[in-house]
Amino acid sequence: MLLLAALAAGVLIGPASLDPGRVMLELLDRLPFVSVDSGLDSRSAAIVWELRLPRAVLGALVGSTLSVAGGAYQGVFRNPLADPYLLGVAAGAGLGATLVIVTVGSGSAVIPLAAFLGAVAAVAAAYALGAAAGGRRSGVTLILAGVAVAAFLTAAQTFVQQQHADSIREVYSWILGRLGTAGWSEVALMAPYAAVSIVVILFHRRLLDILAVGEEEARSLGVRPDRVRIAVVIAATLGTAGAVAVSGLIGFVGIVVPHTVRLLVGASYRSILPISVIGGAAFLVLADLVARSALGPSEIPIGVVTAFVGGPFFLLVLRTSRRAM
Amino acid sequence: MTRLTASGVTVRYNGRVAVDGVDLTVSVGEWVALIGPNGAGKTSLLRAMAGIVGYSGEIAIDGVDATSLPRRRAARLVSLVPQQPILPEGMTVLDYVLLGRTPHLGYLAVETEADVKVSREALARLDATDLESRRLGELSGGERQRVVLSRALAQQSSVLLLDEPTAALDVGHGQQVLDLVDELRRERGISVVAAVHDLTLAAQYADRLALMDGGRIVVEGTPTEVLTEESIQRFSGARVSVVTGPGGEVVVVPRR
Repeated sequence: MLLLAALAAGVLIGPASLDPGRVMLELLDRLPFVSVDSGLDSRSAAIVWELRLPRAVLGALVGSTLSVAGGAYQGVFRNPLADPYLLGVAAGAGLGATLVIVTVGSGSAVIPLAAFLGAVAAVAAAYALGAAAGGRRSGVTLILAGVAVAAFLTAAQTFVQQQHADSIREVYSWILGRLGTAGWSEVALMAPYAAVSIVVILFHRRLLDILAVGEEEARSLGVRPDRVRIAVVIAATLGTAGAVAVSGLIGFVGIVVPHTVRLLVGASYRSILPISVIGGAAFLVLADLVARSALGPSEIPIGVVTAFVGGPFFLLVLRTSRRAM
Repeated sequence: MTRLTASGVTVRYNGRVAVDGVDLTVSVGEWVALIGPNGAGKTSLLRAMAGIVGYSGEIAIDGVDATSLPRRRAARLVSLVPQQPILPEGMTVLDYVLLGRTPHLGYLAVETEADVKVSREALARLDATDLESRRLGELSGGERQRVVLSRALAQQSSVLLLDEPTAALDVGHGQQVLDLVDELRRERGISVVAAVHDLTLAAQYADRLALMDGGRIVVEGTPTEVLTEESIQRFSGARVSVVTGPGGEVVVVPRR
């Protein structure tokens, strides 16, 4: 319901003021076996079909994926602060994608692949650094390592970006996170990443709960923790890479959504992850709505909106989870 | 009938020997208590039996070498209640107990109604039905122990390994837990191996005691055979009197 309402708002509200009733009729018209005349002219219909709807759908896909990936990282690393953004995964994906944009161009289908490679390297580096510095038990160490990795990769990304003045604007607006250029082609690019990532992680949701009771008990229950970890991290990283490739760096979604769900339904990933799929989609579509309507015709980068919400939220999580670490 | 056999089991942590060539046989429905001072190797032996630490030697369950069994199969046969289990604070009790069903489910399967039923029955057995929707972080020590035991019960294994099951409990709750374990092994023929600190409780509940010291089993037998003032003094360094209680049971009383 929430998701439907958010999607509807995403389609109905926009700078070109269209009559909401007519937009709804236009949407209905496209359903199979339904034929109504919405009364929208072809230009307005195009706004609905080519701008607003793909944007809302892409926002939903990216939101779901980032939320589920965030929940997955929290489960795998047994760390309530883990998030694709904080672990440096998004920064790694950003560097990979930037390299492709400056060398090949922004429309390239290689972008998600490069983003994935960058993301995998980043998560491996964060985990290795965190483990070397403080062992697996310390949650804060992992996040510090992630922040260090993210800072390094962001610096590298900025360097690459500055070296290529011709594409600097393009890269810059992309890196702040945006859904503004979303079209059906981006939706098509993102959909397989989202689907694979979300499906794999959801299949592992019960196993993530088993990781939560510790390494040894997981084994005494007949589960190989390493196998679960690798499968889930790859899936979450793949989803993050896809999301970064189409929408740039949108932070904090992976921490805000799963934690809100956790507060509502309890700490079992068996319920957190499925609900995060819906909640994440609704959250990002609404955040996008704010991003494009808060300041009139000009847009705020959506990454800025999610950070406004997510920054304070992160502090809240840090405060309440200190005991657990 | 033999259920579990350990032969020449040795556990090393980074070269340090924690369990040193232990032989132990546990029959169907039998209760063996591991006693001995801290660091004697009781926990390590239990961990080897549960298959969560590497060991040399052989542990066989129903005559089959445990290392040759797939992990999930082995987990259907042996369950372990660790001394300090990790309980994720925000998880609900039922969600936690359901994790005990893991070895009965496919890798990516979801629990069915039948699994929920088994888990609820396990909770009911431990008088913990009303805890079902509470979060783990809110439970008292006694409640936690009952919930962890419920999870092991939901695992429906034929061997139950308990590491200091009563350490966190007051006398009343301790007895309740041990009585329940005793009932289960009588009803279902579950074999129990438990590390127990309290020698009197060990003598009251176990069929056989194995006194461990320095990674070996040094004395093994019925409570009256094992619990002598001399052996306790020698291996635990404790001054005790061993007396006979009103029901003819062995009672170990510390002396000043």
